[in-house]
Amino acid sequence: MSSVAVFSKASPFDALQRWLPKLVLAPSMFIVLVGFYGYILWTFVLSFTTSTFLPNYTWAGLAQYARLFDNDRWWVASKNLALFGGMFIGITLVIGVLLAVFLDQRIRREGFIRTIYLYPMALSMIVTGTAWKWLLNPGMGLDKLLRDWGWEGFRLDWLIDPDRVVYCLVIAAVWQASGFIMAMFLAGLRGVDQSIIRAAQIDGASMPRIYWKVVLPSLRPVFFSAVMILAHIAIKSFDLVAAMTAGGPGYSSDLPAMFMYSFTFSRGQMGMGSASAILMLGAILAIIVPYLYSELRTKRHD
Amino acid sequence: MTSLAAKPGISLSRIAIYAVLILAVLLYLVPLVVMLLTSFKTPEDISTGNLLSWPTVVSGIGWVKAWGTVDGYFWNSIKITVPAVLISTAIGALNGYVLSMWRFRGSQLFFGLLLFGCFLPFQTVLLPASFTLGKMGLASTTTGLVFVHVVYGLAFTTLFFRNYYISIPDALVKAARLDGAGFFTIFRRIILPMSTPIIMVCLIWQFTQIWNDFLFGVVFSSGDSQPITVALNNLVNTSTGAKEYNVDMAAAMIAGLPTLLVYVVAGKYFVRGLTAGAVKG
Repeated sequence: MSSVAVFSKASPFDALQRWLPKLVLAPSMFIVLVGFYGYILWTFVLSFTTSTFLPNYTWAGLAQYARLFDNDRWWVASKNLALFGGMFIGITLVIGVLLAVFLDQRIRREGFIRTIYLYPMALSMIVTGTAWKWLLNPGMGLDKLLRDWGWEGFRLDWLIDPDRVVYCLVIAAVWQASGFIMAMFLAGLRGVDQSIIRAAQIDGASMPRIYWKVVLPSLRPVFFSAVMILAHIAIKSFDLVAAMTAGGPGYSSDLPAMFMYSFTFSRGQMGMGSASAILMLGAILAIIVPYLYSELRTKRHD
Repeated sequence: MTSLAAKPGISLSRIAIYAVLILAVLLYLVPLVVMLLTSFKTPEDISTGNLLSWPTVVSGIGWVKAWGTVDGYFWNSIKITVPAVLISTAIGALNGYVLSMWRFRGSQLFFGLLLFGCFLPFQTVLLPASFTLGKMGLASTTTGLVFVHVVYGLAFTTLFFRNYYISIPDALVKAARLDGAGFFTIFRRIILPMSTPIIMVCLIWQFTQIWNDFLFGVVFSSGDSQPITVALNNLVNTSTGAKEYNVDMAAAMIAGLPTLLVYVVAGKYFVRGLTAGAVKG
């Protein structure tokens, strides 16, 4: 690639110049190979050992995975992830798309409104969790507010209800991420070819119909990206659980990321914790590999 | 900015659209308003009033107490965030420069391997990373956290710069090379001066990520070296004594203000970073 070498005589300076790019990249290559892939492999190995409080390398085969699957808390965490992830992705998408479509109607003060929708994304999940924990406080939060405002029979105690606590996580996560999804779709809408819409209008189609049948289907790639990003956020969700419920009541709002943390670092179950981390990686791979594959394939066609 | 609306006259549907948008604005603002109101109330006020009742006395006691509890951790976060942001951005810029303009055999493969880092669930590297930090004598130090944030921030920072530089015409660099300009001269004289927007995007992205980080903070630090997010979580989730919600909310505001401020001042770059990082990554 370096065409300079063809023209110039090979002096030490040129040789250095030719090696410089590689030298500059070398530390990062080392970091990526060791710190990303080496460490994943290391965790993978640990998941096949009997490690507890300290790492040891006594082979345990699939015992840690078997223990994981026998562990009720792991199943609760996995089911919660499915429930939390599904609701979080679904609701966030609906709200994000709706707000984007509405904001795309030549709205006055659009910039200001967008800024308000998006600010939660700048906050730490810990701050979000703290705020929503207070808002959802049974007895003092929205629970009391709506009763004070005259809705006598209103009760909101999901935060201490093992069957509903996951919804609390969903509410906070949707509040944080929906503005971002709105921004993604708004950017997508701005790129839609206006002539298609005019043509549909001339044919007498109503605006909701045009959006439903023409505009939104053309934003399929944005849907894909959004789902992938949201799924990724859901699988990694740890801070929100830590701040809002710490997995409680009991372990009814545990998520795999929380499970991994508490078994690995608090309960001295390094082997099982590593096994759960590897399963999380598997879940992420299951989402991104098809995504990357389709991304790369479309790129090639362009 | 062309819109799809037929004509922006006053119609029932337009009123409905505005109503929904304004309602949503209010709903998005509620948590922030509640945090602020609660933080300025006295504990008695909190127990007698409700979330949106105005404080009977505007009291700064919550903020004073919160700052007294978290100030050391706030500085820890600065000590961690500033160097980590600067170092990871600088390395990302150089990496992006090489990966777009000085490609060599294997550099594309490396880029692919690096990209995966944007998706990496950090749970899979926590244990080995903590062993390594321990071996390096950096366990439970802010330096250790800087190190970790630089390493695991590289994927995004490199991606930002690489995708930005890839659109700069090759001819520019080729001409400079023929004039005898070297690797660093071209970077300093030609590439860097045109990089301001992407540097902003990268700085803001990294600042938000690292300031808001909780996972690395809680795993790799303890006691005096903890960042603000961990301190906030400890404060809010300790069950000793009576809960002081005004202090909790003031502490949450203190933890949230730096990134909120950055968002208000440089929101444009923040959004660009989100979409660039998220869509491409």
